[in-house]
Amino acid sequence: MSDHVELSNLTKTYPTPGGPAVIVKNFNLRIRRGEFVCLIGHSGCGKSTVLSMLAGLNEISEGGIVLAGRELTGPGPDRGVVFQSPSLLPWLTAYENVMLGVDQVFFTASAAERRQIAEYYLTVVGLGDAMDKRPAALSQGMRQRVGIARAFALSPKMLLLDEPFGMLDSLTRMELQQVLVDLWNRNHLTALMVTHDVDEALFLADRIVMMTNGPEAFVGDILHVPFPRPRDRRVLLEDPEYYRLREELIEFLEVRAYTLKNQSPPPSPPRPDGAASREAAPRSAVPMAAPCPTTPSVLSAS
Amino acid sequence: MKRFRLDWLVLPALGFGAVIAFWYFSSATWAKELPNPTKTWLASRDYVLKPFEKRGEMDQGILRFTWYSLVLVTKGYLLALVLGTPLGFFLGLSKTFTKTFDPIIQILRPVSPLAWLPLGIILFMGAGKSASELGALFTIAVCAMWPTVLNTAVGVRAVPQDYLNVARVLKLSRAKTLWKVLIPATLPYMFTGFRLSLGIAWLVIVAAEMLTGRPGIGGFLWQEYNALVYEHIILCILTIGIVGFVLDRLMSLIELRFKTA
Ligand SMILES: Nc1ncnc2c1ncn2[C@@H]1O[C@H](COP(=O)(O)OP(=O)(O)OP(=O)(O)O)[C@@H](O)[C@H]1O
Ligand SMILES: [Mg+2]
Repeated sequence: MSDHVELSNLTKTYPTPGGPAVIVKNFNLRIRRGEFVCLIGHSGCGKSTVLSMLAGLNEISEGGIVLAGRELTGPGPDRGVVFQSPSLLPWLTAYENVMLGVDQVFFTASAAERRQIAEYYLTVVGLGDAMDKRPAALSQGMRQRVGIARAFALSPKMLLLDEPFGMLDSLTRMELQQVLVDLWNRNHLTALMVTHDVDEALFLADRIVMMTNGPEAFVGDILHVPFPRPRDRRVLLEDPEYYRLREELIEFLEVRAYTLKNQSPPPSPPRPDGAASREAAPRSAVPMAAPCPTTPSVLSAS
Repeated sequence: MKRFRLDWLVLPALGFGAVIAFWYFSSATWAKELPNPTKTWLASRDYVLKPFEKRGEMDQGILRFTWYSLVLVTKGYLLALVLGTPLGFFLGLSKTFTKTFDPIIQILRPVSPLAWLPLGIILFMGAGKSASELGALFTIAVCAMWPTVLNTAVGVRAVPQDYLNVARVLKLSRAKTLWKVLIPATLPYMFTGFRLSLGIAWLVIVAAEMLTGRPGIGGFLWQEYNALVYEHIILCILTIGIVGFVLDRLMSLIELRFKTA
């Protein structure tokens, strides 16, 4: 399968009173069509920054993002975003909140078709009976279900989720992970999801991207999650491989996120063709070895 | 604070009683010209008990005068909202606009209606007979709009970034963003402004009528002062207070409805 999303040398710099602060530096990642990628890293390392640049809500300082063959220039409904707080408009019902986006994307469809789309997704996330309620009358978990329905209902090229379950209790959290994965299993939208939760990442992701600590954070390592789908949480928990991968993630967060911090991130070559060079950093004794010869991209482009 | 049965009734009654007692005392001692409550009531009875009667241009039932004033206030107030709300939106949305106009707004805001009115009349001098009405409307609008302007601006600035992000992600058009996101999100603030503006509009009406001599509660007050019927001044003051209070309550009820949204 082809690369659907390509983040190359993505860099974010904020001007601060003490000079420019480089939050994310040379962040490189390719995501294939239909892949579910989780992004983990310590709090404040810049996960949301990367995601919001993808969403077009945050300006890109350097580097670029290509989605489905097109360079991104701003926000758009071709990316469905699920925010940490559900960000529903409180004066609209669940249905109207979903409809706001549906009307925008499917403006050529008939009113009945649009209504069907919104109702379909709300029903799938389990809100068939609560469509006409305002957010204030919904529980946190139900609100985030609306958030998920709203994103999927756009039929976007990509799904962006920023700790969508961060504010939920663990029971509701697992429930919603299931809702998300069920919905995702239907049409395999390409997804990038930020999370703090190692188990959540292992349950949902095809690959888990680990970010080093900021400032100047970058992709420290990428973990493949080989479990077949559809996944069953209980089966997963009995698999010794699950604990090996979990251990690896935790080891990264506790050790390598810090040790990698001071090494400069590998600038990405202009356009590597080999599949082998997909990962930012191969897992090896020298973790930060560049995937390709580190030619300055300006020179090799000509 | 201690609470007891009927305290909501007893305590306010005590408050009124204390003020009326002080009023009796004052008119009997240091303010000999002040009519006491009994005299005030006797002189006002006709106006209160036949509130809609019209005996002459400047001799009408108290509610009839109030009605004239309310009509004028409503016009001026609506004008204030029509001018103030968009101005507030521009201030809230554009930093440049704020930088340009905030200083002049801060200077015009504290100017008293008594100062605006002559200017208003001069402005509409060409209108002939309706100059005084237009001048009064201008004064009400220009004095009453500031709370609406400022509260709307604060409300627009306080719209959560999350809501704006939703609009940006969906690429809502400017008009849609305004109607579907900005205005609903700002509504509670706008209504706080609307309520405060109505209070000011009601304050201004009296001054405007006094200076222009229009029939209304304020014009009546001024006329009776000149005619040395001091009882009616007190009657007017009480009426103005009660009407103002009722208007504020009504607006609070409307405001509350939007707060929960
Ligand atoms: N406008 C700004 N100016 C300067 N620094 C900023 C600005 N916005 C964010 N930052 C910094 O960027 C860093 C990354 O923020 P970001 O929200 O992306 O972290 P995160 O990985 O999502 O954290 P969390 O897991 O807590 O959500 C933080 O250290 C933050 O202080
Ligand atoms: Mg974050």
